[in-house]
Formats: sequence, C-alpha cells, structure tokens
Amino acid sequence: MTLPHDTKITPDLVKQHGLKPDEYERFVKLLGREPTLTELGICSAMWNEHCSYKSSKKWLKTMPTTGRHVIQGPGENAGVIDIGDGDAIVFKMESHNHPSFIEPYQGAATGVGGILRDVFTMGARPIAAMNALRFGEPSHPKTRHLVSGVVHGIGGYGNSFGVPTIGGEVNFHPRYNGNILVNAMAVGLARADSIFYSKAKGVGLPVVYLGAKTGRDGIHGATMASAEFDDHAEEKRPTVQVGDPFTEKCLLEACLELMASGAVIAIQDMGAAGLTSSAVEMGAKGDLGIELDLDRVPCREAGMTAYEMMLSESQERMLMVLDPSREKEAEAIFRKWGLDFAIVGKTTGTLRFVIKHRGQVMADLPIKQMGDEAPEYDRPWVPPKTQPVLKDVPAPNDLKAAILKIVGSPDMCSRRWVWEQYDSLIGSNTAQIPGGDAGVVRIRGKKAIAVSTDVTPRYVEADPLEGAKQAVAECWRNLTAVGADPIAITDNLNFGNPERPEIMGQFVHAIKGLSEACNALAFPIVSGNVSLYNETNGQAILPTPAIGGIGLIADLDTMATIAFKNADDAILLVGCHGSHLGQSIYLREVLGKEEGAPPPVDLGVEKKNGDFVRKLIRTGQLTAVHDVSDGGLALAVIEMAMASGLGAALSALTHEQLFGEDQARYVVTTRPNNAAVLLAEAGKAGVAVAQVGTVTSEATLKISGGPSITVAELRAAHDGWFPAYMAGEL
Amino acid sequence: MKSAVVVFPGINRERDMMLALESVTGTRPVSVWHTETELPKVDLVVVPGGFSYGDYLRCGAIAARSPIMQDIRAKALKGLKVLGVCNGFQIITEAGLLPGVLVRNKDLRFVCRRVKLKVENNRTFFTNRLAKGAVVSCPVAHGEGNYICDPDTLKRLEGDNRVVFRYAENTNPNGALNDIAGIMNEAGTVIGMMPHPENMIEPLHGKTDCRPLFESLLAA
Repeated sequence: MTLPHDTKITPDLVKQHGLKPDEYERFVKLLGREPTLTELGICSAMWNEHCSYKSSKKWLKTMPTTGRHVIQGPGENAGVIDIGDGDAIVFKMESHNHPSFIEPYQGAATGVGGILRDVFTMGARPIAAMNALRFGEPSHPKTRHLVSGVVHGIGGYGNSFGVPTIGGEVNFHPRYNGNILVNAMAVGLARADSIFYSKAKGVGLPVVYLGAKTGRDGIHGATMASAEFDDHAEEKRPTVQVGDPFTEKCLLEACLELMASGAVIAIQDMGAAGLTSSAVEMGAKGDLGIELDLDRVPCREAGMTAYEMMLSESQERMLMVLDPSREKEAEAIFRKWGLDFAIVGKTTGTLRFVIKHRGQVMADLPIKQMGDEAPEYDRPWVPPKTQPVLKDVPAPNDLKAAILKIVGSPDMCSRRWVWEQYDSLIGSNTAQIPGGDAGVVRIRGKKAIAVSTDVTPRYVEADPLEGAKQAVAECWRNLTAVGADPIAITDNLNFGNPERPEIMGQFVHAIKGLSEACNALAFPIVSGNVSLYNETNGQAILPTPAIGGIGLIADLDTMATIAFKNADDAILLVGCHGSHLGQSIYLREVLGKEEGAPPPVDLGVEKKNGDFVRKLIRTGQLTAVHDVSDGGLALAVIEMAMASGLGAALSALTHEQLFGEDQARYVVTTRPNNAAVLLAEAGKAGVAVAQVGTVTSEATLKISGGPSITVAELRAAHDGWFPAYMAGEL
Repeated sequence: MKSAVVVFPGINRERDMMLALESVTGTRPVSVWHTETELPKVDLVVVPGGFSYGDYLRCGAIAARSPIMQDIRAKALKGLKVLGVCNGFQIITEAGLLPGVLVRNKDLRFVCRRVKLKVENNRTFFTNRLAKGAVVSCPVAHGEGNYICDPDTLKRLEGDNRVVFRYAENTNPNGALNDIAGIMNEAGTVIGMMPHPENMIEPLHGKTDCRPLFESLLAA
C-alpha cells in the first residue's frame, strides 16, 4: 500500500501537534512506518489529553459510577438515570475553558452547543441547562470583557436553541486571571427504553454525515485545550469554533424525528476532534473498522485537504450508522430541516480506520489503538500540603459594615445581571428560576427534577480531599433544600498541568474526596469531563472539581423555596452552630485573608441532617428552606429575607455563629405553633436543631444586642455590585 | 375555538403556545409547517416565539417571506384573527400586517424577566376578559423587543386606541416607544405583542395572570 508521504514528519512538526517524542515513537512503532501528515493529525487529535484522558483515566476508574438509578455511567456521550414511569434523564457537564478565554462569545456559545448535542445524541430532548463560570479578579483588565462575552455567548446559544437555563455559578478569583472556566451542563428527558448509543453494530453498513457543513474552523481545538497558555494565547483564536444555534435546533428536531423512525443503529456527535473522534469512537466501541471517503463530506469551502477535514471542529454535525433499508426516509427528514445528509463511508470488519480522498488512501490506522487503547499514564504525584485549622479569628469592629460588605461583594452579590440574559422560562415547565438553592423543571404532572452545580474552589485549594467532599455535599444539600431526592451527578474536573506532581496530587486527592462523598451519599457519578492544563505562565487555577447534580421531586406541591413566607414563623438552624472561619467568606471579605483549613465534612452528619430536612419538607412542616454555605448563617437568613421582603429578628449570635461555614446545615422556617413539635422530632432523630430567630413583618434584619439593617439596605448592596461593575462604574 | 400554530425552522416556543391554547380552550391547535401554502380552516392563527432562521438577517424577515405567510397575509386581510407573540410579533410586522418595527433592546442585552402589562384596550379578541386599565404580570424573553415607528404612525396607533398592552410601573424592559408592548391592526383582527403570556397561565409559573387572555379567545 502506498500512502502520500508528501510532508516530511520532523520533530518540530511532532511537537507542534502536541505529541511527546515517546508518544510519537509509540505511534511509529504501531504503524511500522512513518505516518502521513493526516495520520499525524489524527493521532494528535485522539491522543491529546482532552480526548484520551491519558493522565486522569487511572484515577477516574476508581470513582463510584453505579447505583440502582443508573442506566448508563461514564463512557458514552452523557450519563443516563432512571427516574421512574419509563422516564430517563440524560445529563453531562463539559468544559470549554481554553476557547472561552481566547474568544469568550464563541467559546462559551459552542460550549453550550457541544453539551446540548451530547444530550440529544442519546435521544433526549434537552429540558434544562446550567453553567459554572469562574473569572479572574474583577480588577483584572480582561475580566469585564470575558464576563460580558461568556454570558452573552451562553445566552446567545441557549436562548436561540430553546432550552431554559435554570441556574449556575459565577465566581471571581485572581487565580483565574489567565484561565477562566466555562463549564456547561445540559439535562435532557428521554424514554428509558429508547436511549441511543455510539457503539456501531454490523459490517458494511452506511456511515452517514448529518448536520452542518465542514469548514476550516476549530482545527486543532482539542490539542489547544490540552496545553498551557503563555503570553501568546490570543494567537490561538483560529482554533476556536463558531456556533450556529439555529442549525443545532434544526439538528435536534431532525435527530429526534429520525430516532423515532427506528432507522438509527448508532450515533455520535462531532465534538472535540470532529470527524476523527466521532468515527474512531463508533468503530472502536463496536469492534469494527470504519472507512471514510472524504470526497463525499459536505464542505463549506472548496479545496479542503484530508488533514483539514479530519481535524475541523465545525459545530452542529453528527455521524450515524443507519439501517440501510431506511436511507431514503432518513434523508427526507434531514432535507426537510434544511440539513446536509451524506453517506460518507461504511463499517468494515478490519478494525482499521481508513481515510480516502481524491482516490488516495490518506490514512490507514488501527482503530482500537487510536480510540479506547490510547496511551495511559500513571503520573507522579505528591500529597497536597494542608493548612492548620484557624483559631480565634477576630470579630468585626463594625458588624453592620461587615454584613453589608459581604452581601455586596463580587462573589456574594446578586447574579441577576447574569441570569436575566438567559431564557429561564422556555418550555413552560420551570418551577424554580435562578436565585434559589436549585433550579427545578417539571417533567409532567407533579413530577419534577432539581438541578444544582456546586464547588468551592478555595476549599479545594486548601485541602483537595475535604474540598472535593464539600463540593459533592453542597450539591446534595442544595437538591435536598428544595425537597428533592438527590440521585446522581456529573463532574467537571478543572485542574492545572498534570505533569507537575503537586497538581497531580491535587487531582488524586480530589478524586478520593469525590468518591468518598458519592459513596456515603449514594450519589454516583454518571458522566463527566476532565480539563487539565488550565495554567498560564506556570500559574495554575484553583483546583475546581465542579459538580452538577440531579434530584427527583415526586410531588411538586411539596417543593421548598428560600423565601420567607409568613411573619412570626420560627427561624431554625438545622445542624450545629457555626464555629469554623478558616477559608470563610468573612475571613476573606472582612479581614482580607484567605487561609486556614476549610470546614471539614462529616458525611454521616450530612446525610442524617439532609434526610431529616427532606422529611420535614415532605410532611409539609417547613415554610422556607435554605442551605447554609458561603457566608454562613447570616447570609442564609439575609438571602431568605431579600427573596421575600420580610425581615428577621435573630437572637444574640457571635461572629463565628453568624459567619461560620460549618457544613451539613440548613436554615428552615416553620409556623410558630409547629416549632416545638419540630424540635422534639429533631431530638428523637438525633439532629441538632435550634431556634435562632423569628420572621418579622417589618423588613429589617435585627440581631439581638447588635445592629439593625433594613432589607432595602441589604438589597441595595446585594443588587448593586454586578450592574455597576459591568457598566464600568467600579 | 379552532386554532393553528405556525412553525418555522428556529421557532422554539411553539410547544409552550400549544400547551397554553389547549389547556385554556380545550382544543388542541393544529401545527402548520412553514412550507405549506394553505392554512387549515381555523378561527385563529398564532405565530409563536423563537428565533426563526436564527434571527440572522433581521428578526422575522426571512419567515415573513415563507410560503405559509402569503396565505396568512391574504386571509388576515379578509378578517382572519392573527396573534403574533415575540418572534411572531416581529414576523407579522415584517410581513406588513402591523406597522412599525422591533429593534435591539435599548441596553443591547437579551432580557428574561417578569414585567407588568397594562391592558390599554380590552375590546379585542385577546383582552375581552380583562378590565380596561387592568395590570397583569407577564414574562418577557427577548433581545429585540424595542418597538419603534414614525411619529405619524405612533399618533394613529395612540389615537385609534390600537395600543393593546403597555409596560406599566416602570417595567419597560427594552426602551420601546411609549412603553408599547403590544398593538393591533385597524380592524382589531391582528394583534402582536412581545411578552409571553403563554408562560404565565398556571400555578407552576408563579402566577396565572395571563390565563384570562387565553380565556378571551373563547368569547371572541
């Protein structure tokens, strides 16, 4: 066989493709000859960190991924869980960090597009989207531009596509100055008995290309996302794809229509590494070869080379293996939606990945070794240094000023400026919009799901193991706080350069923490994504294992919300009084320090307290519920007051009790005549519950022996920061 | 009350609209695809919200020139009732069924929030169950809902009582002229509005303020 070796493969070229010399040697040995340029490109696309998980795979395998609700765990386009009545929820979270830093609008938009595609590729109609965003410090010259572009991009894609964005997170920290994080999550609804998979079945079947045309955008995107940035990051702008939500919406409708017709045998979306990755995955999973004829690939421009077509990351494309007897029917559906439909190849029994273009074989590679048998590393790691537990953190000089500062700080202020740019209502099923503990969407009748994304990166930085446990626990708690049964999670593990043993140590400990928490809370991981090399000039981001959780609400009539409902309701703290101020918002915003150990997570107490709160919600005993997290008890109560327009009279509390970020805690309210009953039930269940105050009709926060602050003052501080910052007034 | 909901590629609130129509009127609307050339026999045509053709050229401009719109325009001129919501308002305005145009929101950002709508004219097929001057809550979700027109048109709209809905209590989300949220044609048979009443009709939506709008269809 002759292949066109028209480009000499030099060590420099290998380096440009992100392959290490030993990886290239391994590739040459595998082929038994020097690769063609197209083959080198395919190898770089498949063996990079983003696609191969080569540094993380060893550790990911140790995580709990099974449970009674799990239909499909990690390894497919998205995870699938059973929520009864024949319904399944398909969901995943994925990062688009590197492209969003280089080109925030398109980077974020295509991040949303990619994750939506992952979900509908499996046969699910997307019913909710969420996101977890981290930006550099507000004073950094790029931050405002990045926030504006990312938020605009997420809205621009999701709103047009037509999925409600029902929540998310936005945080600022100097450690994200050079690498922002854009993690997008999508949730879809499918029938449990009609889930579609990427594993190809059957030899000699048509491989069909669907959706948008292939262009020159996004070439080497996945390779770019597998390296650190330096001062020239912006030169990588051509590697960012351009999104077209209109085509994606048409692709969704066409795919669902085609799936319902029964013609689809296997389906894979073209995400990172485009045609290469989708074809290799379908073949490798099905133990089949794939042969592609690139002359048949619909192209946006003439004269594209095999190399360009195989590495393009043009969006809104799908690859399918079809039942050959249904070709005509399938084509008609795609034509109806104005989309391209082309038979570009076939499945073979050879286990080879063969690419033909203009009558020449441009690549002939062993498909298994390119896909699921890609290199795997056991990278050296050192246990992270932990920090001492802080004692005797001083009280504020002026409690009122401290509270107002925290309420109006960049990380704690209202995110209304952000989420009002997302359509949170489309679908007519949104039961809780952003601003509460979790987003809630109805499935049908009284049945709904709750969704929350969580992680507190400063905790993970201070102690990756406890911090990762906390991320899972907080997600579980947020779902519990709306009255949902937490079911399963997706994770998006964002870290620095894994070739540095201290970063790898963070990763290993975080995985350990996640696993412990998921096991203890019966909260398995069914899908996820790893984003490494989030570093610029040697400075890594805070380790950020973002968790996206799904919970089930069987009866929407018992759903809880954070707003106070009635004056005179008793305000109760579930869980012990706060004492832990290490890594707290109070410490950072008021005392200007970020130090100490994060609050420890006792998963047993977490479960006991959460189960207790959920039972109270189900039995109709609670009028409002809010989890206690950043800012402690004080912020939880203030947020409940601001959401309602009612006030609160709190008993005398120390600054540790007000601001401590101890875990496994909730603030709940109950009718005054039920408080004693509730306290007695708590005693029986062995759950610490104490009354800390009363809801007042006067819209003021009063702390016994301390200051009074009107809800209007609190709202002004809370609502003010974001719009003023974005308008350039700060 | 028989209705049809028109679907163009990129429209995405057709399900919400069909759900609202069915739940209030009790009759499931017919879905009409944009390439069809003739409407089925119905009492009302609704052009729902979304991003027809991605809103890539100018909101509603491409959809306004699709085959089904020719028939809708012809029948509207003969008195068929037409309701355009959000992108639908933009489409029927582009099709010449209503005067004026909808441009980018004043602050150039998409906005999804609850606003207050004042019913300025309650003698229409979509408002007859509400009192004149009634104020209802209703969500908006759009990036280009800023209604503008020339001074003469504005004078006629106001003078002929053709402003059906106005944003009230300082909740104008987009900078629209005279706080205009919805208007009708001279005959009162074509209504266009930016807000989404279909997203505020049941307790799940927080309020049911817009249910009477759909109930009005039964009396009309």
